[in-house]
Amino acid sequence: MTQMPDIAPALPEIFLALAGMALLMLGVFKGDRSTRLVAYLTVLSFVVAGFLLVSTVETPSRTFGGMFVADDFAVFMKILSLLGSALAVIMSLEFIEREQMARFEFPVLFLFATLGMMLMISAGSLLSLYLGLELQSLSLYVVAAFRRDTVRSSEAGLKYFVLGALSSGMLLYGASLIYGFTGTIDFVRLAETFAEGGQVGIGLIIGIVFIAAGLAFKVSAVPFHMWTPDVYEGAPTPVTAFFAVAPKVAAIALFLRVMVGPFGDLVLQWQQIVVVISILSMLLGAYAAINQTNIKRLMAYSSIGHMGYALIGLAAGTERGVSGVLIYMAIYLAMNVGTFACILSMRVNRRMVEGINDLAGLSKTNPLMALSLAVFMFSMAGIPPLAGFFGKLSVFLAAIDAQLYTLAIIGVLTSVVGAFYYIRIVKLMYFDDPVESFDRPIGRDMTLVLTGTGLFTAFFFLFPAPIMDAATRAAQSLLAG
Amino acid sequence: MFELGLSHYLTVGAILFTLGILGIFLNRKNVIIILMSVELMLLAVNINLVAFSTHLGDLVGQIFTLFVLTVAAAEAAIGLAILVVYFRNRGTIEVEEIHLMKG
Repeated sequence: MTQMPDIAPALPEIFLALAGMALLMLGVFKGDRSTRLVAYLTVLSFVVAGFLLVSTVETPSRTFGGMFVADDFAVFMKILSLLGSALAVIMSLEFIEREQMARFEFPVLFLFATLGMMLMISAGSLLSLYLGLELQSLSLYVVAAFRRDTVRSSEAGLKYFVLGALSSGMLLYGASLIYGFTGTIDFVRLAETFAEGGQVGIGLIIGIVFIAAGLAFKVSAVPFHMWTPDVYEGAPTPVTAFFAVAPKVAAIALFLRVMVGPFGDLVLQWQQIVVVISILSMLLGAYAAINQTNIKRLMAYSSIGHMGYALIGLAAGTERGVSGVLIYMAIYLAMNVGTFACILSMRVNRRMVEGINDLAGLSKTNPLMALSLAVFMFSMAGIPPLAGFFGKLSVFLAAIDAQLYTLAIIGVLTSVVGAFYYIRIVKLMYFDDPVESFDRPIGRDMTLVLTGTGLFTAFFFLFPAPIMDAATRAAQSLLAG
Repeated sequence: MFELGLSHYLTVGAILFTLGILGIFLNRKNVIIILMSVELMLLAVNINLVAFSTHLGDLVGQIFTLFVLTVAAAEAAIGLAILVVYFRNRGTIEVEEIHLMKG
């Protein structure tokens, strides 16, 4: 007789999976009229899952034969993903009803993608890593193409699918090599194998490189970024808002868990790869964004750049580096959700506009929105005392601690270049003449999201302690396990 | 007598995997061929896993293969669905025509 595994650590995931299936049934029986109800229930399930997450997990625990890990790191990252997904669902509601794409599957797909992210974050072996990643990716391919009557959305879905499948294939090939050359897929046993030292064969290194490439694809780091701008531009805007936050958080978490966990003792083998990826992402994020005229495309390059900064912390590979990445991702989430709330409110005569020039003179037509967008832009550029500055500061300090001076210097320089296009948007809003004013009011949900994230970004410096402490604890738990 | 060893299987796997990647990047004709290349990559991985599994005398690799097969089926279904949606909008699935967004 085999023993029943302990399901308590995986309770939030089990709850989300059951909630997703129940919501599917509800949607099937009540039809597309129930979209709003299903969406509210989805947000409710995220809240309940978050509550289960903080209330059930106390000590680091592994269950399902070591395939599922629940520790402080997982809790921190899962709360970020749940938060990002819940805000994305709230922001998308009005949009999907307005654009006649309100089908009940939409929030349910968000839910399943989030479930996939949580499984990724908790992955304890190469198999659970792959399954979580695929659950997330398959849901995301569908939501990217959700506006099935427009060419751009279906093209975005197609591109995302092809390149995403390619990256999964590479990751899987790496996984097969690692399995073959070590004889195990369990992260703890892999770590033990490498800790014993011994010769690291070429096959193993190829395996690690393939896994790193597959993960770099998911976080859209250069040179695996080509899908990002097209998918961001083509996908429906609330979907882009979703893509920009939650999957990035989950993919970075997975990157950290795999590189620092099982391959932690091989840091010399993968450090150079991460350093190069990080430098290239920061450079591309800074320079390629300058010429953009579409704000969603601009945000795509901006997110590539931000991933470059986050990877600085991973390249350091220390506890300080990991906690830097966590702080960076928390702040990144707030800034991006807020910016996308602004982008979703850019409507002229009941039609969405996406040009950067459409923002001209916003300070005269909608001062509140202009102020919050200015806060987000300054924060992304890293101007103190806004939140973005502290995110950058924490990863740069970690890099200097680990004696990666080149990385820190290039990071500072590219953030100066990046400041150009962020501040250009502020200039457009405050010093140019208005063209056409946006439709008002922007909606209660949107105002709420906008003020919430805006206040967080602006006043983070007054109370950084809770997030900093939580990030430090999470980093400790990752390095200990 | 010629004996088949682990390295032969790995070579076949590597060749199939490379063919899959090349099929995605060099193909200028049809998106269906890309879908086939993706399947080829996953099957190459399966050959690797099964070969390693028998070589190591460990069942994990074969279980992994079963999961990969299942996910590959789901992936193919979603890929074809997106392709159908795309074809309805554009009336073509030629790779060179997929360039609405560039920059």
